[in-house]
Amino acid sequence: MNLSIALQALKVNKLRSGLTMLGIIIGVAAVIVMIAVGSGAQARVKEQIAGLGSNLMILWAGSVTTAGVRGGTGTAQTLVEEDAWAVMREISEIQVAAPTQRGSGQIVWGNSNWLAAIVGATPEYFEARDWALISGRLFEAGEMSGAGKVAIIGQTVARELFGDSDPVDQIIRVRGVPFTVIGLLERKGQSMMGQDQDDIVIIPLTTARNKIFGALQGRIGRVSSIFIKSKDGADMKEAEEKVRELLRQRHRLTGNTPDDFSLRNLTEILQAQEAASKVMAILLAAVASVSLLVGGIGIMNIMLVSVTERTREIGLRLAVGARGKDILSQFLVEAITLSTIGGVLGILLGGLGTWLVAELAEWPVQLSVLSVILAVGFSAVIGIFFGYYPARKAASMQPIQALRYE
Amino acid sequence: MTLIKTHHLVKTYGVGEQIVHALDDVSLTIEQGEFVAIVGASGSGKSTFMNMIGCLDQPSSGSYDLGGEDVANMSSDELADLRNRRIGFIFQQFNLLARTSAIENVALPLLYARVGPLAELSKEQRYEHAKQRLEQVGLGERLLNTPAQLSGGQQQRVAIARALVNDPDLILADEPTGALDSKTSAEVMALLTQLNQQGMTVVVVTHESDVAAYASRTITFKDGKVIDDSPNKKVSSLGGLS
Repeated sequence: MNLSIALQALKVNKLRSGLTMLGIIIGVAAVIVMIAVGSGAQARVKEQIAGLGSNLMILWAGSVTTAGVRGGTGTAQTLVEEDAWAVMREISEIQVAAPTQRGSGQIVWGNSNWLAAIVGATPEYFEARDWALISGRLFEAGEMSGAGKVAIIGQTVARELFGDSDPVDQIIRVRGVPFTVIGLLERKGQSMMGQDQDDIVIIPLTTARNKIFGALQGRIGRVSSIFIKSKDGADMKEAEEKVRELLRQRHRLTGNTPDDFSLRNLTEILQAQEAASKVMAILLAAVASVSLLVGGIGIMNIMLVSVTERTREIGLRLAVGARGKDILSQFLVEAITLSTIGGVLGILLGGLGTWLVAELAEWPVQLSVLSVILAVGFSAVIGIFFGYYPARKAASMQPIQALRYE
Repeated sequence: MTLIKTHHLVKTYGVGEQIVHALDDVSLTIEQGEFVAIVGASGSGKSTFMNMIGCLDQPSSGSYDLGGEDVANMSSDELADLRNRRIGFIFQQFNLLARTSAIENVALPLLYARVGPLAELSKEQRYEHAKQRLEQVGLGERLLNTPAQLSGGQQQRVAIARALVNDPDLILADEPTGALDSKTSAEVMALLTQLNQQGMTVVVVTHESDVAAYASRTITFKDGKVIDDSPNKKVSSLGGLS
């Protein structure tokens, strides 16, 4: 009964009801979009962590200083393959260490060609990076020791060269050298620097050293970086320290001599990023909640105006037999109806806004059911909270005064 | 049978230090089926008396008995129910809900019916009931018109239909013709007279003597007291306003 009275009262004042709802609509939509953007950013960081591989450290060769001019990371050829094996052998926290030699070059298949990253690696690389094949196989021992001309390619390279056809067993040319494609990697996505990690051709480390980057080779067994994965549950800080110590020992660095390598705990960096994005998500939601609160105050404002404006109506209702609590529930139901309808429309607008953000700004978004439930629940609570005071005011009116009100 | 019986009814208002006696020891009875006019200058206490017998307000002291129910000690919820069951109100400003159809306006009191057969009605039955009342006041063709689409006289007839919808024992009209021209006033008063002739008790509060002339009894208030209570000479014809 009260619902139909309330709906009728709202219908009678369509414009005002609409404007009041607008506050809630915008508030709810803002909460939904902001939570979607916030959790989208969080999801992207999580994805990057997953893409990177868990518990991962990367060891880069250090810089070299020639006549006072300091080069960048990797200019010094300080890391060797044996460093990786030593780390794996001697530090108990380490699950696997994978030496890699990185470069780039033109890849040719048939009459199409593509410039991609070329990585010389060992089978450990795939374990360190949690990277699985979707077809084909990994390198065999004979191919590793015998510098076999076999390649495992990433999704981007496969798409650019082969389109939809199966790349496995095809012959490609890497810097002019023919290689047989033996495997296709699963999609890895963007790295945290925004690099396409799937734009890659992986060949055995020995092959890379002897047949591809050979001319540039300096020290025997040099590698450009080593991917190190610590065991699950191991203390990464401690593992990191041990790796550093071992490397300094192996490179005969003593006292205050600076490291001739750099060791980065990427997982840790990403975790810090994840924490930051979480804070941002909370902040966004908080700001949006403020607009929802303002919308709620808008409801209270309009309901107060409405109570004053409809004083005679209230007087009449009381005169013809309405009890105080009939009036209370009528105005309360009006406020709740406004905020609930506003909430539902806000969800639709929020969904649309989220879609627009994803389409136009190309931000990662994630529309969560929880945020929708939260926003609607919150708007209903706002209806009750901000509707109660005006409704109370209406219900406490005396019929004579209300009827006489001009 | 006695419908209204007041016994030493007193209503005082405190205005600062002063105490105003809006009603000062009023004792009177109104029988079922009477047509009573309550007259007096403004401030005479006639409106306060109407609020009192309309159960819109409680006396400061004294007692009031409406159709066998002692009103003086009722809670506001009980008063609301009592008004709903027994009294139909007609106001000077009609007090119809704006942008709401005539039939919905008339059906309004039925929404608040809590006891008796009227409380059991479905929505359709309520509208059917309201429709009958509108037909009774001659507005059977105007069910869906909103107040803005009706003339003043028609609006007051909608209000009368609304007063009738709960099958009350008493119609209380507060200056029912105050906002109407003399021709429509005559129509409205004729309608009230007709209702009285069908057995309805009607009490009209007015300061116009020609409106009071429709009644069969006139009670005159001054300074919160009844100074005159006498039967009217029968008006020979309805429409005797001119």
